[in-house]
Amino acid sequence: MSIRKIVTTLATVIVVLSMATAAFSADVTLLNVSYDPTRELYSDFNSDFARYWQKKTGQKVTIKQSHGGSGKQARAVIDGLEADVVTLALAYDIDAIAEKGLVKPGWQKELPHNSSPYTSTIVFLVRKGNLKKIKNWDDLVKPGVAVITPNPKTSGGARWNYLAAWAFALHQPGGNDAKAKEFVAKLFKNVPVLDSGARGSTNTFVQRGLGDVLLAWENEAFLAINELGPDKFDVVTPSESILAEPPVTVIDKVADRRGTRTVAEAYLNYLYSDEGQKIAAKHYYRPINPRITTRLAKVKLYRIDDKAFGGWQKAQKTHFADGGTFDQIYAPGK
Amino acid sequence: MPASLPIPKKEKERAQSEPDAVRWLLITVALVFLALFLLLPLAAVFSQAFEKGLSVYLNALKEPDTLSSIKLTLVTAAVAVPLNLFFGVTAAWAIAKFTFPGKNLLITLIDLPFSVSPVISGLIYVLIFGLQGWTGPWLQDHDIKIVFAVPGIILATIFVTFPFVARELIPLMEAQGKEEEEAAMVLGATGLQTFFRVTLPNIRWGIIYGVILCNARAMGEFGAVSVVSGHIRGMTNTVPLHVEILYNEYNYTAAFAVASLLAFLALITLGVKTLAEWKVQLQLENK
Repeated sequence: MSIRKIVTTLATVIVVLSMATAAFSADVTLLNVSYDPTRELYSDFNSDFARYWQKKTGQKVTIKQSHGGSGKQARAVIDGLEADVVTLALAYDIDAIAEKGLVKPGWQKELPHNSSPYTSTIVFLVRKGNLKKIKNWDDLVKPGVAVITPNPKTSGGARWNYLAAWAFALHQPGGNDAKAKEFVAKLFKNVPVLDSGARGSTNTFVQRGLGDVLLAWENEAFLAINELGPDKFDVVTPSESILAEPPVTVIDKVADRRGTRTVAEAYLNYLYSDEGQKIAAKHYYRPINPRITTRLAKVKLYRIDDKAFGGWQKAQKTHFADGGTFDQIYAPGK
Repeated sequence: MPASLPIPKKEKERAQSEPDAVRWLLITVALVFLALFLLLPLAAVFSQAFEKGLSVYLNALKEPDTLSSIKLTLVTAAVAVPLNLFFGVTAAWAIAKFTFPGKNLLITLIDLPFSVSPVISGLIYVLIFGLQGWTGPWLQDHDIKIVFAVPGIILATIFVTFPFVARELIPLMEAQGKEEEEAAMVLGATGLQTFFRVTLPNIRWGIIYGVILCNARAMGEFGAVSVVSGHIRGMTNTVPLHVEILYNEYNYTAAFAVASLLAFLALITLGVKTLAEWKVQLQLENK
């Protein structure tokens, strides 16, 4: 058998298979590439949107989901993962996709509210009974309290945790950058293990039973309680925290090439409808429409665009780049 | 028994054995090690999988995303294993029965996938076929999907399972030598006749051994496949990737139920492997 024959066989197999994958898409399909904690939200939302879209246009739409760390997912889209829409954790990650020309610049102005149809924040998950009496951020720095949070170097969620603690200390009477840094340093002395991602930390806390308090996305904390039983954990909402705005956008290049722009835009707009907002609220995201009721406690929320942080690009550089404040305060094993 | 000086039984035992204490210590250490690192995890997988009863177990396996991941894994193995079987037999035959320039280089190249981290094995395909890669824009213009689709998963799997069949066959074929083939040639057999009537029957069990290892790795590969998968649910998740997803969704029972499929696969692999090893041994001894 010649090498040419092997190559031909291989090529045939590849072509046949890629045709087979293409043949699946006779009806309209959308691919929503999202970050980790939105799995449950979107599997709920997708079936609702499919019903709505069929009633409105008669067209049958199937929405496929892909989940992973926000930065990793953005990278996959840049490398050719054919997402019609992305719904990621940080605007920073969509900016990276826009830089490669897959999304038009100015994407964040395309949809209302900075293209963030729902928001979230950072809360505490504690063990049932809350034996260490953790109520607010300043309880986390007390001696003997073990805090679980992922590594801000690798996890988007962990950066929000870090900045929320920073913002709290900064806004205490007499607070300033030096005091905030000292506060966060004390907090991280109480962290026995840094996982690389948010779900990893949650598993450390709930499965391995490490730590007294887990810093978590609000929706993740409630989800953990729903999945693992309300008899084991409680959610504690601090008096102040940070406002996280996970943005969404159509990937222009992909949607135009696949001819899915109309349905992709309708899909994202539906997130802003009353039904979409209700589904977001049901999954413990904070709806942006004030008319939609939410079970979540009122919290004073600081923003990443506030003067204290000056936006993601600046916050990233000040706090999480090599030699930033996190590197200065965190020394493992001390 | 060949003629030799009779050695008293006692003497013989003493000459071969360490003091009792050392012997028992070594056996205990080996067994504890085995139990701790192999049996315990295996037992844990099955006990977690069946924790909520057989019906929950079966329902977990009937879930559409799980079924699609099983289907994808079977398709991937069905393409990757025959191709590597074909390549492995050809390469082993060439290396063991003939001499040609570049033979050592070929042997080294066959081993390459063993020495490369699976993540890199996946990344090379992203670099070649990804949108920012060499052929990405051309592929997109012609609407051919390779990475983040089934072909990419198959390619990555072929790459990581490349050495298994050839690696099993080369030593076996070298040990068997080429006398039988030469005899066949002298008696007037053609090349293909020699291969199918003489060589192939001799390496039958070696092939099965290689195929079963190749298959186990093809179905169980995580790293390389994870890089090229894109993790689209119900489309590009293989069984190992699906296990991770289920685990991360707090769906522990389902995660372990699906993992138990891989554990079953491992047990079957082990069984067939033992049988094949035994047959190979038998064949060599009968020479």
